[in-house]
Amino acid sequence: MKQFWLTARLDIVESLRARWFQIYSLVFGGIVALLFLFGLTESRVLGFIGLSRLLVTYIQLTMAILPIFVLITTVRSVAGDREAGVFEYLLSLPVSLWAWFWGKFAGRYIVIFLPVFGAMLLAVAWAAVQDIEVPWDMFAYYTALIAAMAMCFLGFGMLISSIARSTDVAQGAAFLTWLGFLLFLDLILLGVMIQERISPELAVTIALANPLQAFRTAALSMFDPQLIVLGPSAYVILDIFGADGYKLFAVAYPAALGVASAALGFLIFRRGDLP
Amino acid sequence: MIRLENVRKTFRGVRVLDGLSFELALGERIALIGSNGAGKTTLIRCLLGEYVHDGEVRIGGADPRRDRAAVLAGIGFVPQLPPPLRMPAGQLIDFAAGLCGKAPARIDDIARQLGLDVDAIRTRQFVRLSGGMKQKLLIAIALGRDAKLLIMDEPAANLDPEARRIFFDLLAERAQAATMIISSHRLDEVSALVNRVIEMDTGRIVLDDKVAEPGALSSRLDCRIRLKHPDPAIAKALAGWKFAFDAGEAAWSGEIAGADRLRFLGVVSRYTGLVSSLDMTERTH
Repeated sequence: MKQFWLTARLDIVESLRARWFQIYSLVFGGIVALLFLFGLTESRVLGFIGLSRLLVTYIQLTMAILPIFVLITTVRSVAGDREAGVFEYLLSLPVSLWAWFWGKFAGRYIVIFLPVFGAMLLAVAWAAVQDIEVPWDMFAYYTALIAAMAMCFLGFGMLISSIARSTDVAQGAAFLTWLGFLLFLDLILLGVMIQERISPELAVTIALANPLQAFRTAALSMFDPQLIVLGPSAYVILDIFGADGYKLFAVAYPAALGVASAALGFLIFRRGDLP
Repeated sequence: MIRLENVRKTFRGVRVLDGLSFELALGERIALIGSNGAGKTTLIRCLLGEYVHDGEVRIGGADPRRDRAAVLAGIGFVPQLPPPLRMPAGQLIDFAAGLCGKAPARIDDIARQLGLDVDAIRTRQFVRLSGGMKQKLLIAIALGRDAKLLIMDEPAANLDPEARRIFFDLLAERAQAATMIISSHRLDEVSALVNRVIEMDTGRIVLDDKVAEPGALSSRLDCRIRLKHPDPAIAKALAGWKFAFDAGEAAWSGEIAGADRLRFLGVVSRYTGLVSSLDMTERTH
């Protein structure tokens, strides 16, 4: 475990000094600052006002930004380190491959989760100072969603980094992965597929299997418990899971998918050439 | 100590290591030479357990891939190109020492012996250090543990003469207790450090021979060079070797490490027309 923590700490220190991390933190901190600046806490949408309105907007923006940001920065830095000879040197030190890979995963996870969570925490702290009511249940669930989202896309990033042998290939693969998830969001491709008479069960299965869709639906369910905006697929989702069951699924499934992807990445990493 | 049996490695259909077999005993100092693409780096990576390959590599009886943490704890490695690490130098020392289960102070001590002010660079990013500083730190990390095998790729290339002399002394201290593999493009760069040479070409060993030891790694030579007339270019070169100028005799004198004699003569050879006499005497004690 000592090797694991040393590697995690090393990755955190490396990341904190990287430019991508500074931009990443600035983006999420900036989003919260801008949302306050534009007076979002005082506007009302679907009955939401105050901090809940801000959190709903924040999670939607996070869903748009975090996946591609995490995918690209993970594959860029991991594949880039491999190309630059960092792996050759650091893996000549007595560290087990398990500790190296999972230590890197843990360190990177902390680094990508904390700024997003920190920005949300900042919003809550500011709301408390301004005497704005804090929707704690929503805050807790969105924290879990962000944690699962980070886990999911970090897992994909680590898998791609293990397979791709160059930064260019890794970046291309990461972008295609994100594009694939985006295409299979219900409102875009699935709508067309249903129009072309594919079975609704298949369309709903694809939607449920898409982690990006899972996050989106779960975030919507916080202010639309009947999932009216989703149309007929809401019946399937609520029938299978129930409202609370789906919320749990939307956190557990992508997190498990991320860990499974990382585990597959580890198997590939362990079996191949390291640098 | 090290045994390779029919080691083969192929990249995209190209055979990079082609059935390598040899054994190295404790205390041997090997010059691993060959041109670009000869397979030196691939061989080193196989020894470090970083590449999967056909055939068998055993270090102290263990497989460096399967038992990597245990095997690598006894290997000190100095790469040819320092890795572009953004972490502070102090963090790198702590990381390496932590993994090896040694006190960071031991690495600090060796770095100081090599002339590196560790306290001054502790918070500086490794990637922002000069080439010589990086090299000294990587050598200190490699020597700062009880390594039975030292693998060094052009280790003295970026060191100044004084640091090289200390580096040779440090190697001399470990000469009997460790096996050393020193990789280089040219034999003359490392010949004074080794007692065996392995030359590679297109993944095969084309030469495996003993080298007549030119003397102890820690030997010293007193050197005196008389010039026909003063010249600023050779003056600058000799000042870099910490030579002193005797104006009365128009001669430069100083001390060089025995293992550095070829390198020194290589520098002086650029000014052959200016040299009226050159005397090198090995100290007997």
